[in-house]
Amino acid sequence: MDFLTLLQVLDTSVRLATPLLLACLAGLYSERSGVVDIGLEGKMLAAAFFSAAVAFYSGNAWVGLLAGVGASVALAIVHGLASITFRGNQLISGVAINFLAAGMTVLVAQSWFRQGGRTPPLQGDARFNPIELPFAIGPSDAAAADRPLSQLIAEAGPLQQFYSELISGHSSLVYLALLTVPFTWWLLFRTRFGLRLRAVGENPAAVDTAGVSVVWLRYAAVLLCGVLCGVAGAYLSSALQAGFVKDMTAGRGFIALAALIFAKWRPVYALGACLLFGLFQALELRPDIIENVIGLKVQVQLLGALPYILTVVILAGFVGKAIPPKASAQPYIKER
Amino acid sequence: MTAPAIELKGISKAFGPVQANKDISISVQPGTIHGIIGENGAGKSTLMSILYGFYKADAGEIFIKGEKTLIPDSQAAIRAGIGMVFQHFKLVENFTVLENIILGAEHGAMLNSSLGNARKELKHLAEEYGLNVNPDEVIENLSVGHQQRVEILKALYRKAEILILDEPTGVLTPAEADQLFRILDRLREEGKTIILITHKLREIMEYTDTVSVMRRGEMTATVKTSETSPEHLAELMVGRKVLLRVDKKPAEPGATVLDIKGLRVVDEAGVERVKGIDLTVHAGEIVGIAGVAGNGQSELLEVLGGFADGTGEITMNGVALPLTGHGADGQARRAAGISHVPEDRQREGLIMEFAAWENTVFGYHHSPEIQNGLLMDNKGIYTEAEAKMQRFDVRPPDPKLAAKNFSGGNQQKIVLAREIERNPDLLLIGQPTRGVDIGAIEFIHQQVVNLRDQGKAILLVSVELEEILSLADRVVVMFDGHITGERDAAHTNEKELGLLMAGITDTSAVANGNGGNDTNPQEVPADG
Repeated sequence: MDFLTLLQVLDTSVRLATPLLLACLAGLYSERSGVVDIGLEGKMLAAAFFSAAVAFYSGNAWVGLLAGVGASVALAIVHGLASITFRGNQLISGVAINFLAAGMTVLVAQSWFRQGGRTPPLQGDARFNPIELPFAIGPSDAAAADRPLSQLIAEAGPLQQFYSELISGHSSLVYLALLTVPFTWWLLFRTRFGLRLRAVGENPAAVDTAGVSVVWLRYAAVLLCGVLCGVAGAYLSSALQAGFVKDMTAGRGFIALAALIFAKWRPVYALGACLLFGLFQALELRPDIIENVIGLKVQVQLLGALPYILTVVILAGFVGKAIPPKASAQPYIKER
Repeated sequence: MTAPAIELKGISKAFGPVQANKDISISVQPGTIHGIIGENGAGKSTLMSILYGFYKADAGEIFIKGEKTLIPDSQAAIRAGIGMVFQHFKLVENFTVLENIILGAEHGAMLNSSLGNARKELKHLAEEYGLNVNPDEVIENLSVGHQQRVEILKALYRKAEILILDEPTGVLTPAEADQLFRILDRLREEGKTIILITHKLREIMEYTDTVSVMRRGEMTATVKTSETSPEHLAELMVGRKVLLRVDKKPAEPGATVLDIKGLRVVDEAGVERVKGIDLTVHAGEIVGIAGVAGNGQSELLEVLGGFADGTGEITMNGVALPLTGHGADGQARRAAGISHVPEDRQREGLIMEFAAWENTVFGYHHSPEIQNGLLMDNKGIYTEAEAKMQRFDVRPPDPKLAAKNFSGGNQQKIVLAREIERNPDLLLIGQPTRGVDIGAIEFIHQQVVNLRDQGKAILLVSVELEEILSLADRVVVMFDGHITGERDAAHTNEKELGLLMAGITDTSAVANGNGGNDTNPQEVPADG
């Protein structure tokens, strides 16, 4: 495998890791506050549809993003009501949201667009297009030279290849997702809000007796989760792909949850876990590369299952211990 | 006279049909330690929860330093200068001491400045009150006593003038409890007001200035501690005269029932907990094992009860008992005539979610008399449970109620009823009155003595020295897996046993031969 192929695989990994990362951080906020959310998948899916639909009508990807975030936040509020206000079972609420989103998106898509449950393809500004960073070889250079972009990059030096192929040329949401990692770290570990959020996931009674509202904190976390899932969904339908198709999240919400456990509920580890799982997904698309490298034909399904297998290994305690926040999945009831 | 630090007037609170607090009025003078005692469910915790803003009273007024104050939530209580140290600490276990202290009382939105401020303040508080804790240590690495200090520091950091402590010594070793009271004394000297909620009459008598007694939601009396006696307080709490000393005649030991030789127990972590002990228990005597918790007593009970493995020799009525394998399980032990009232009744003695009647047969569900062909004779078990609950005065006597809905004392009576009525040759009983009300303690102790008088052997493990001294005929002290001494209960005292419990075997300086007059038989263990 040559250097350029490696870069291409890594480039694809980053693209595929982005929705995982956003959803994983979304889950991180929620679970750090003690609210388990297996409805990441459903929230992403709803956001994917509504952002694509609104982007199609408005012709503006950012307006679409807002709509996607709105849809995801609405579902997050449902989850919040069920699990915080009414102290219901958080798993059941999450499952319900997944089913609701799976059915509703296709139904509404069919009713609005009559294309078999999909949105029409998004074009131009209705999509988040790649950003060309300064000094990178991009489509504009290819147009100026009137030669294919791949040729130009192939002729450049390794550093330029690295910069142009891997660093440059992603949509703004990819960079946004990457910036969310240090931001989340800072928010959790350097601010008052973060301290309280972590505390409420470990021992809500400590927060309550300190005179801080457990309910408010958990809602804040669930809403943050909704926003990030919304961005993840919008990225799927209007950046990674051009339009919504049925079940397009394809289990990413669950892989994100696996990544969250893999990352032991820590933001920087989450980045690593999502990049790793993104790499598996990228290799799933290029089985020929694995065959070249290890000389064995590997079933792509195995790669698809790897995130889950690794998570089970982690949970079994082979690679350190993954200890979830103590108050996870427990509704807070004031004791006498 | 200055205005009272806290004055409650006519506080009432009902939960559905249950009147938890009835027209309660109390006045607490500043700079004093004010004790509140009462049995489980007497309404102490409800009253304190109202004071800390957890509940809103149905009626009544609260005055802080003479000013009428509304306390709708904990934030308001903190603002009013009230700090609360709960029985179960409200700490985030994987946070540092410093993080726990600032939680909810941060200066500004950024943590760094808050932590810096708190560090300075903490140093100051540590010097002022002798409350030393490493601010950077993680809570789960601290001893229970130190965790409690963090709770006190939390309150002081929030400028609490009034400190409420709910059963603070229930989880502490005697040494830690002494330290706590030294700290409380210091706080009182500095003008803080302390409300101490406890079951332990001794603590009330030794450390408080004033004491209020609660019974069934009502405040039955408030008296100066110096003008009352433990007997009088116990009577006020229970509503009738209570025997604080166990009434028993001298033991008449018979044949050897249990004989242990060179028993060793290694726990799951590979640590040797019992390091070769020899012990005999005779028919018709109560052998009490004293010791600070965690010195091998629990493991000894577990091996005898059949849920841990050991090495060595144990014979029961002359027959060797296997110490490992299938023949050493609880079933086999019961068949050998051993009944067991485990130390942790909620985890090992009962299934909390199951009804009382179901709990009355656990461990004995193979017994032929409760079978009905292939099925269990549920009707028979139920009827028998009803009768048992009558005999053991379980309240309420409702066999359908889940075990978790009974108070600690009544749960213990259910376990006792099950184990004692099997007519064992040997009864193992661990912490029989932990978390049990004073009225029920009397009953439970009497049942144990009755069993002894029927010629049964009893092995009692308790961390409450007073319980050991008043109940046991012979006292064996364990320290670090060894037996450090054996004394006749009638000819020893708390000081002597205290030395043995610390591993000091030369007790000639404190031994006395006159029946242990300086012990405190009034002591009753606290709610757990």
